[in-house]
Amino acid sequence: MSTGTQLVRVTAQPHLAGTPTSEMGHNGDYAIETHDLSVYYGDFRAIKGIDLPVRRRQITALIGPSGCGKSTVLRAFNRMNDLIPGARAEGQVLFHGQNVYAPEVDPVEVRRRIGMVFQKPNPFPKTIYENVAWGARINGYRGDMDDLVERSLRQAALWDEVHDKLQESALALSGGQQQRLCIARVIAVKPEIILMDEPCSALDPIATLKIEDLMRELARDYTIIIVTHNMQQAARVSDHTAFFMIDQERAGTLIEYGPTTQLFTTPYDKRTEDYITGRFG
Amino acid sequence: MNNRQVRSRGRQGPTGGPADEERFESNLGQRHRTGRAWRIAFQASTVIGIIALMALLYTIVVKSAGLVAVENQVDPASLAVDGVPVQDQTKEQLLTILEEHLSSGTMRRLESEKPFAERSREEVYQLVLDRVVEPKIVASWPLTESLLNRQAIEAEVASEYPNASLQFRSWLNADFIQSPQSSQPELAGVRTAILGSLWTIAITILIAFPVGVGAAVYLEEYTRNNWINRLIQTNINNLAGVPSIIYGMLGLAVFVRMLEPLTSGTLFGLADPTTANGRTILSAGLTLALLILPLLIINAQEAIRAVPNSLRQASYGLGATKWQTIWHHVLPNALPGILTGTILAISRAVGETAPLVVVGVSTYIVADPSGPFSKFTTLPAQIYQWTSRPQDEFRNLAAAAIIVLLVMLLSLNAAAILLRNRYSRRW
Repeated sequence: MSTGTQLVRVTAQPHLAGTPTSEMGHNGDYAIETHDLSVYYGDFRAIKGIDLPVRRRQITALIGPSGCGKSTVLRAFNRMNDLIPGARAEGQVLFHGQNVYAPEVDPVEVRRRIGMVFQKPNPFPKTIYENVAWGARINGYRGDMDDLVERSLRQAALWDEVHDKLQESALALSGGQQQRLCIARVIAVKPEIILMDEPCSALDPIATLKIEDLMRELARDYTIIIVTHNMQQAARVSDHTAFFMIDQERAGTLIEYGPTTQLFTTPYDKRTEDYITGRFG
Repeated sequence: MNNRQVRSRGRQGPTGGPADEERFESNLGQRHRTGRAWRIAFQASTVIGIIALMALLYTIVVKSAGLVAVENQVDPASLAVDGVPVQDQTKEQLLTILEEHLSSGTMRRLESEKPFAERSREEVYQLVLDRVVEPKIVASWPLTESLLNRQAIEAEVASEYPNASLQFRSWLNADFIQSPQSSQPELAGVRTAILGSLWTIAITILIAFPVGVGAAVYLEEYTRNNWINRLIQTNINNLAGVPSIIYGMLGLAVFVRMLEPLTSGTLFGLADPTTANGRTILSAGLTLALLILPLLIINAQEAIRAVPNSLRQASYGLGATKWQTIWHHVLPNALPGILTGTILAISRAVGETAPLVVVGVSTYIVADPSGPFSKFTTLPAQIYQWTSRPQDEFRNLAAAAIIVLLVMLLSLNAAAILLRNRYSRRW
């Protein structure tokens, strides 16, 4: 199996080299990249040797069966795994050429610049306005707060629905609106990358569609990495897709990574094909 | 109709025959009967609880009011001068009455307490009533008897206390709340005890609330799950069950004796070092704070644990530090729960008697507490002291004081509940 994984990496690399944006040179077109990244929960290795360069201002989808470590990979990007007792990372996550796991790096600063949207909408039990303003305020934002709140809500395609009830509780919004509010709140702290952990899994199809449209909009300004269980969603919204599976040691490994159209139409790996055609997972 | 459908389906199934179906139905009836039996058992426990509470309230209320036989040492009518009754006499006439009836020594003592020239007519009149007329309650009856058996009581008074008059007296009245302790039941009140209780509880809250919440935040948000922290946690849980008298011993050894310069106030020059000792409100407040600290910590921990982790994640995901997350999200969302725990803990502290007896609550004190370094008594201690007196009248006083204590507890709780609702209704 491990030799198979090696082969996959070898076959995966040419797609990356073949995509047009790579002309800009190494690092220039990648917002963030992992090198030989492994994450342990205590003694258990949850992901193993992940090399995943993520393209700037594009949407990268992480797919794979349950328990394959795709959420762990996502949380490794902004060091959210640090919050889990006993979790530690090996390898590198390069963000602007800087390893975010280097001892001199403050994870708090990493998380501001790499924001996160969670599976279940989790607005703060505060007003809609406060939800958006809070993150900016605690990060020392000194500009016009009303303006920032409006811009963030507009970018999250929520302004028209909430502009007349900014001082009402965010918990009164529908699930889809709450999730867009969570996106607005992330946008308000001006991140470069937005991580989304199954952002639509708790939403109905119409709300899901709105979030997907919003993601396409946001990809003009932000790099988006999304974990999804829904392969149609990955096919619809993402530019690149990474497919993960667990190996014999139950550690998640990257099987195949490439442009979404290619991965879904002509996958290189048999396991990828089996998964996307619904033969397992 | 439903049964028939189920049965027919059962017959068609590969394993289930009609016999199996019969067994299912009889079992259902049994299940409902079991459920009903348990429901009745639960109802019965509730009813027992209510009956016990009603009985408690009944015994208290019955004692707190009723008929009393009052005997005057001097008949007020005999004090009338030239047909003017005593309540209409001038200050000078009243002073003459005092001089006639009291010894010269008593007069000198009263003069040194406050010169007669400075006393108002009302004060002198009060002195005449207290010292000359000297009404004494010679017998008292509980409320139910007073209402149902009035004739028998009147007959008893007429035969046994010919000089006494029968009055209806509510032991719980404005005078009772405003007067200090006294050795005469008709004059005794609970003002000193109420003030002592309020002072003590204020110090308890001031110490226990911040320390308890701080410890809970540390244990829940900062510590790792290792053996030393598990040991601390186990110890806190066990401390919550330690008998309160043990805390009294601790308070006596540490606050009253070891820290005497601090708790007596001599360290700050606030008390006379020759007479001051550590048996003060401060020692009592600190002891009660120690007593309720484990309760407070455990309750606050529960409240903090109940804050959804998704909120913490959202906060960290926006680049908040640990402290910002705790201060802006964890604590505000845990506050209603923390306040509920605090209410319970304070209620317990207000009612504690045993540790205060050990720490040195005064059994007889007439001076109001003036600050944390005062000698003091508290309501439960006062009640305990009154119930241990042999005279019936002090039992009535104790009942009235219990009502005062209950009202005080309820209003403290109501204040805390209002505070809690205010915070939790923000959203």
